[in-house]
Amino acid sequence: MSDGAAARDARLRGSLSQGVGYRTILPRVRRKRSPLGRWYRRNERAILGISGLASFFAFWQFGSMAGWIDPLFFSSPTDIVAAAIAEVQVPRFWDDVRYSLTEVTVGFLASFVLAVPLGLAIGWYRRVSFTFDPWLNFFNAIPRPALIPLVVLWVGLGIEMKIIIVFLGGFFSIILPTVEGVRTVEPQVLDVARSFRASSRRIFTSVVIPATVPFIATGVRLALGRLLIGVVVAELYAQTQGIGVLIGKSADSLQSDRMMFGILLFTLMGVITTEIAVRVERRLQRWRPNVNVEEGN
Amino acid sequence: MDTTFALSARGVHMEYRDRKSDTNLVAIDTMDLDVAPGEFVSLLGPSGCGKSTFLKIVNGLLQGTAGEIRLRSGRSGREDAMVFQDASLFPWYSVLDNVAYGLICAGVPRQEARRRSIPLINLVGLEGFAERYPYQLSGGMQQRANLARALAVDSEILLMDEPFASLDAQTREVMQAELLRIWNAAKKTVIFVTHQIDEAIFLSDRVVVMSARPGRILADIHIDLPRPRGLDVKRQQAFTGYADQIWHLLTSHGVSVEPTPDVA
Ligand SMILES: Nc1ncnc2c1ncn2[C@@H]1O[C@H](COP(=O)(O)OP(=O)(O)O)[C@@H](O)[C@H]1O
Ligand SMILES: [Mg+2]
Repeated sequence: MSDGAAARDARLRGSLSQGVGYRTILPRVRRKRSPLGRWYRRNERAILGISGLASFFAFWQFGSMAGWIDPLFFSSPTDIVAAAIAEVQVPRFWDDVRYSLTEVTVGFLASFVLAVPLGLAIGWYRRVSFTFDPWLNFFNAIPRPALIPLVVLWVGLGIEMKIIIVFLGGFFSIILPTVEGVRTVEPQVLDVARSFRASSRRIFTSVVIPATVPFIATGVRLALGRLLIGVVVAELYAQTQGIGVLIGKSADSLQSDRMMFGILLFTLMGVITTEIAVRVERRLQRWRPNVNVEEGN
Repeated sequence: MDTTFALSARGVHMEYRDRKSDTNLVAIDTMDLDVAPGEFVSLLGPSGCGKSTFLKIVNGLLQGTAGEIRLRSGRSGREDAMVFQDASLFPWYSVLDNVAYGLICAGVPRQEARRRSIPLINLVGLEGFAERYPYQLSGGMQQRANLARALAVDSEILLMDEPFASLDAQTREVMQAELLRIWNAAKKTVIFVTHQIDEAIFLSDRVVVMSARPGRILADIHIDLPRPRGLDVKRQQAFTGYADQIWHLLTSHGVSVEPTPDVA
């Protein structure tokens, strides 16, 4: 054996024996926390969330007071509160709120009541699907706001126009997932129903509809988002009545505090409607493990 | 032939149409089978040999391309009920509503159907779980509910499609013993599909061995093991003898069978 080879072997042995070692895994040591620390750990989510918001508003408030935020464009939290207090005392404001709420409610209900049965039928019956698929794809491809001038031409600038726009936003958001839901019902579960000689009607009510509920729920949540966009765009376009007009007119007259208040109102509407939808969804889907886990958090 | 039978199949043949290649695939090749009332018969064959297809034809979920099947209707007027592979419970119904499903489909009012389902839930050992949803049950418990759902319609014949195939080995043995207990209490004719040799022998009066696709009957073996059977039967020489016989039969027909631990 040459000297070089012997040296190489020695190096190899050395590096191998160097690689041998042990790792000790110890149990987690529970650190003792002070009562304040424990309270913080328990409420960490709320504390961090609230302090983030609070710092943001404080920064906004002091910034505008100190002059490095221009209140003309950005207003300030106290100004917005003041504007809100002034606004709720004006009867016209409540007319606007009622007007916007009517658009949302009527538009949503109409889209739900039409989209769900039609979606179930399209998903279930091949012939209905063949007939309606081209229409669905065509209308869904149109960006909804592009239709506003056309709808105005038909029905004018009144509430009907806005309801139709809201309806269109909601309708397609609900019908597409509904169709998808019916088409993905597990064939094996359908076999079980047929095996027990379930009538077509019962197959629909005991299998197709329950299996599609999660999809309809997804559609509804999508719809609520789209639908509010429809309200704002349609109201801004028509400039007749509603919270959108409040926002538009305030912006025109540089009342940024009033405008911010209007934006907050729409936000509130979005939060509340989504919250209602989520609650209804949970009630309808107690049989789904993941939904229940969410609830437990 | 005996004039009383629970099931009598003559020349059952099934071809599936393969749309892509525009050819027909023969799933079952002219099968004859007679099952006496109260008998426990296993259909044993490799995966893909047409076992599920046969049960679906008996159940009416599929129509065969040829042949005739006659079924006896039980006390309730129902001929057969299926216990599905993978439990296939309705996830949106509680155990109670799953078990009551067949009765409700048969026109029994909901409350009455629920009332009549409770003894069956107890029979399969799910006492206290009536209000649970399927996702809250273990695999074995889901299969118990699946069995109760089929028992509830009180049919003459129970068609069972590999009901224990997806369970772990220990749960499967427990369920096999449980099935024999329930079979003894419910007095049903059972056609039990499986691809496991020891399961077929342990449960059955007769094991009908099928070839690989297209499925044909290779042998019809009477299992003369005393009843009631406990799991210790699987260690007996007669049992392993049957297992060897079936194993050789299948391998000699080119079917590769995993020897189970119980096959010597
Ligand atoms: N719907 C179907 N269309 C076409 N071929 C099918 C269909 N169902 C089953 N087959 C074929 O028929 C054969 C028998 O299937 P199956 O009865 O499910 O077998 P097993 O239950 O014994 O495993 C398989 O080869 C399978 O691929
Ligand atoms: Mg099968």
